[in-house]
Amino acid sequence: MATRSLVVVGNGMAPGRALERLFEAAPDAFKVTIFNAEPRVNYDRIMLSPVLAGEKGFEDIVIHDDAWYAERGVTLHKGRKVVAIDRAAKTVTAEDGTTAAYDELIIATGSQPFMLPVPGQTLPGVVAYRDLDDVEAMLAAARKGGKAVVIGGGLLGLEAAAGLKAQGMDVVVLHLMPHLMERQLDQAAGYLLERAIAARGITVHCKANTHELLGVDRVTGVRLDDGTIYEADIVVMAVGVRPNADLARKAGLDVNRGVLVDDRMRTSDPSIFALGECVEHRGAVYGLVAPLYEMAKVVAAQLTGDASAAYRGSVTATKLKVTGCDLYSAGDFADGPGREEIVLRDPAAGVYKRLVLKDDVIIGAVLYGDTADGPWFFDMIRQKTDVSAMRQTLIFGQSYQGGASLDPMAAVAALPDEAEICGCNGVCKGTISSIITAKGLTGLEEVRAHTKASASCGSCTGLVEQVIRLALGDAYNPAAVQPMCGCTELGHDDVRRLIRAKSLKSIPAVMQELGWKTSCGCAKCRPALNYYLVCDWPGEYEDDNQSRFVNERVHANIQKDGTFSVVPRMWGGLTSAKELRAIADVVDKFAIPTVKVTGGQRIDLLGVQKQDLPAVWADLNAAGMISGAAYAKGLRTVKTCVGSDWCRFGTQDSTGLGVKLEKFMWGSWTPAKLKMGVSGCPRNCAEATCKDIGVICVDSGYEIHFGGAAGLDIKGTEVLGHARSEAEAIEIIAALTQLYREEGRYLERIYKWAKRVGAPHIRAAVVDDREKRRSLFERFVVSQKTAQVDPWAERVAGKDAHEFKPLESIRFIQAAE
Amino acid sequence: MNTIVTGWLEVAAVEDIPVRGSRVLRSPAGDIALFRAADGVVFALYDKCPHGGGPLSQGIVHGHSVTCPLHNWVICLKSGEAQGADRGCTPNVPVRVENGRVLVRAASLVGQAA
Ligand SMILES: Cc1cc2nc3c(=O)[nH]c(=O)nc-3n(C[C@H](O)[C@H](O)[C@H](O)COP(=O)(O)OP(=O)(O)OC[C@H]3O[C@@H](n4cnc5c(N)ncnc54)[C@H](O)[C@@H]3O)c2cc1C
Repeated sequence: MATRSLVVVGNGMAPGRALERLFEAAPDAFKVTIFNAEPRVNYDRIMLSPVLAGEKGFEDIVIHDDAWYAERGVTLHKGRKVVAIDRAAKTVTAEDGTTAAYDELIIATGSQPFMLPVPGQTLPGVVAYRDLDDVEAMLAAARKGGKAVVIGGGLLGLEAAAGLKAQGMDVVVLHLMPHLMERQLDQAAGYLLERAIAARGITVHCKANTHELLGVDRVTGVRLDDGTIYEADIVVMAVGVRPNADLARKAGLDVNRGVLVDDRMRTSDPSIFALGECVEHRGAVYGLVAPLYEMAKVVAAQLTGDASAAYRGSVTATKLKVTGCDLYSAGDFADGPGREEIVLRDPAAGVYKRLVLKDDVIIGAVLYGDTADGPWFFDMIRQKTDVSAMRQTLIFGQSYQGGASLDPMAAVAALPDEAEICGCNGVCKGTISSIITAKGLTGLEEVRAHTKASASCGSCTGLVEQVIRLALGDAYNPAAVQPMCGCTELGHDDVRRLIRAKSLKSIPAVMQELGWKTSCGCAKCRPALNYYLVCDWPGEYEDDNQSRFVNERVHANIQKDGTFSVVPRMWGGLTSAKELRAIADVVDKFAIPTVKVTGGQRIDLLGVQKQDLPAVWADLNAAGMISGAAYAKGLRTVKTCVGSDWCRFGTQDSTGLGVKLEKFMWGSWTPAKLKMGVSGCPRNCAEATCKDIGVICVDSGYEIHFGGAAGLDIKGTEVLGHARSEAEAIEIIAALTQLYREEGRYLERIYKWAKRVGAPHIRAAVVDDREKRRSLFERFVVSQKTAQVDPWAERVAGKDAHEFKPLESIRFIQAAE
Repeated sequence: MNTIVTGWLEVAAVEDIPVRGSRVLRSPAGDIALFRAADGVVFALYDKCPHGGGPLSQGIVHGHSVTCPLHNWVICLKSGEAQGADRGCTPNVPVRVENGRVLVRAASLVGQAA
């Protein structure tokens, strides 16, 4: 007969396992009493999702039934929550007064779901996702049909969403971060997951900040900070868990985030163990069963007298249990010093794999789409296997060891035959491949001759070469393209063409579909991609501020001391007493140290503190001035002379045309900065012939110039063509700008682009071919519809306020603790 | 000042820092840049590039690195060390996150730690 008594508080998976071990090793050593706040036996909590989805019933997930306890003489107090531990008397007391005395005590109180502290969180219909009661509440709601909102796009939230959807509800997932499961996944994998979740009809709303839960007697909806409202018949909060350590804290045990235990799983009181999610061991708190089972083994061994049994912490692996979404992650997959990552993307198959290595050992792995190698990687993480010998092929998985390597042209191979490869001449992939086969072509020049693909601007050359390579195999070896940056093998032109061909509309989509080698790009490719997406999807693409250089992000120019300069627009170089007075007032009010007239006929205020920017802008806005975009890879200035209004040589109203051009074109983003000039006669006082685009007015109309430079390089412009009217001049200039926007590589000025593609190509498109000119012009107009918003006024009104406000200042510090 | 300063000081909510972005904390030890990477990890560095003293808080954040806005040095957010061929190191500031709040080692705010 057992002589010693063991009391267990909490009847979750961890103590369940510990008791199994204990009874195996020493069936009669203890008389066991369990208190469980939940009114039921021990069940497999991780299988609640299949129960919710209707794939299993509760009886299928029970671990220990009533008979199991009876056979072992265990007293199980169901539905009785322990509220006090008297460590001196060695007793525990439950809410209903039941007490039990112990020789050894195990605290296994698990975790508590965290509920967002927003108004309405206690309304009926708001549930967590932790136990069978929650699942039953969800199933009851689902039986009535209707709408469910799940707050939290992590493992639990997505499982809940998939389950509710399977039960026939309309489901929205609200996630605070920009992409799902940000702790496990980088942006690109998050994008894949989001796509898969959306494909099952679940709406995913990222960057959703819950403001309040609506409803009077019962929850009826969720309102976000931005005012969006989602109706809801049930709201599931799955925003994280907290170790349930209150009982231990009240009993005076050492508690930090969780109940503190040593390697023997003992708390600060030697007769009390703690076990499971409520525990903090060596600074770590766990939320998965595998480590808890390892702890359970140690507790059982300690109880049966093996004093050397020790728990030394765990590496964890997890799998998303949503049928059809294969996701596996293991170990530590954050970046860090001395860490390297290997990323493999197979866009066609929707596969993403990322390994994190340190000192030739894998320390973390994230797999999406194909998780077959998860356990293999996990094993190497735990064994600390030296992988230097198989580094090159490691990411391809176990079966590839010694096998083939991946086809680098996967992105092109995946394009359908009707995908357009050459935009200038409208040639699609299928046309190129079939002509190669039909005519036995062997190289780029022949393909150009037969199809005209890449025969115009040439920006699709890389793609055409890859199509040839696909058709001819390794026999064909094209000249290498300069990759955009270290994150990709693709050059700028290929990336642009693929963005359009595959309708890629976000940076993570580009990175995933085009097989980026890094998880979130670098300071070279991100601004370029952001520009390409802004240009190609006007009004649709959401500008990614964090992928812009500081000047474009804060709409001012950073100076070497970290202050900023501010340049308001002066249309065509014209200003007025009112504007000058406002500028003077701003200079006084904000003690701006330097005021300088720029080469672009405007006024530069230098040395403004970042936090003063919105106030400076507010005053300038009040006088009618807007941002001069002196920081933008976009339209900067239109310099003019006084023209026919005043000058005795003036042939046309050059100032008026300059103002019209600037008012029409401001706000547009271009590959690099764009400066223009309009001179009223060939004496050229506005120096229009060294600008990106210039106009020289003549008696018969307007001579349009382009491709000048007066910076690192000095170059006079070339004449593009002649316009008879102002309207025609404006149309040609806008069409030219649009062509440059569409073909220019990021940071490539007009003169470099013109040199690369050739002036005849440009002239043909924007002067000779009226139809093409018209459509370019129209595309420019469409893009201007959403581009002409004064960024200063937006920020004066509060946009991006965090950019300009430092956090609270720390002035002096008192000794803390 | 000879006071020995210990402990951690709560300086911001994690949400105050934009993802793949930064906020500046003014302190007697100089400006401190708090960063929040794409994966949510928070870092803190003195806001000075080891190269020309540029404000790292104004750079583009990618992975666990930031590119200085002045001359494109790439700095590791965790160690403060320059990456690639560049050499130099910005002191980092011990930082931790608890319940959505960012805490900074108080001693780092009074004098530049070695
Ligand atoms: C829906 C869902 C899916 C999951 N999926 C996975 C998965 O795929 N993989 C994985 O590894 N992990 C998964 N987990 C996590 C896993 O279930 C937990 O890590 C594990 O169950 C924790 O075990 P535990 O014994 O520490 O605590 P719990 O299982 O939480 O048990 C604690 C028990 O103690 C009771 N209790 C608390 N306080 C008292 C008190 N004062 N007196 C008496 N009783 C008390 C509680 O009512 C509860 O029944 C999932 C969790 C959920 C909710």
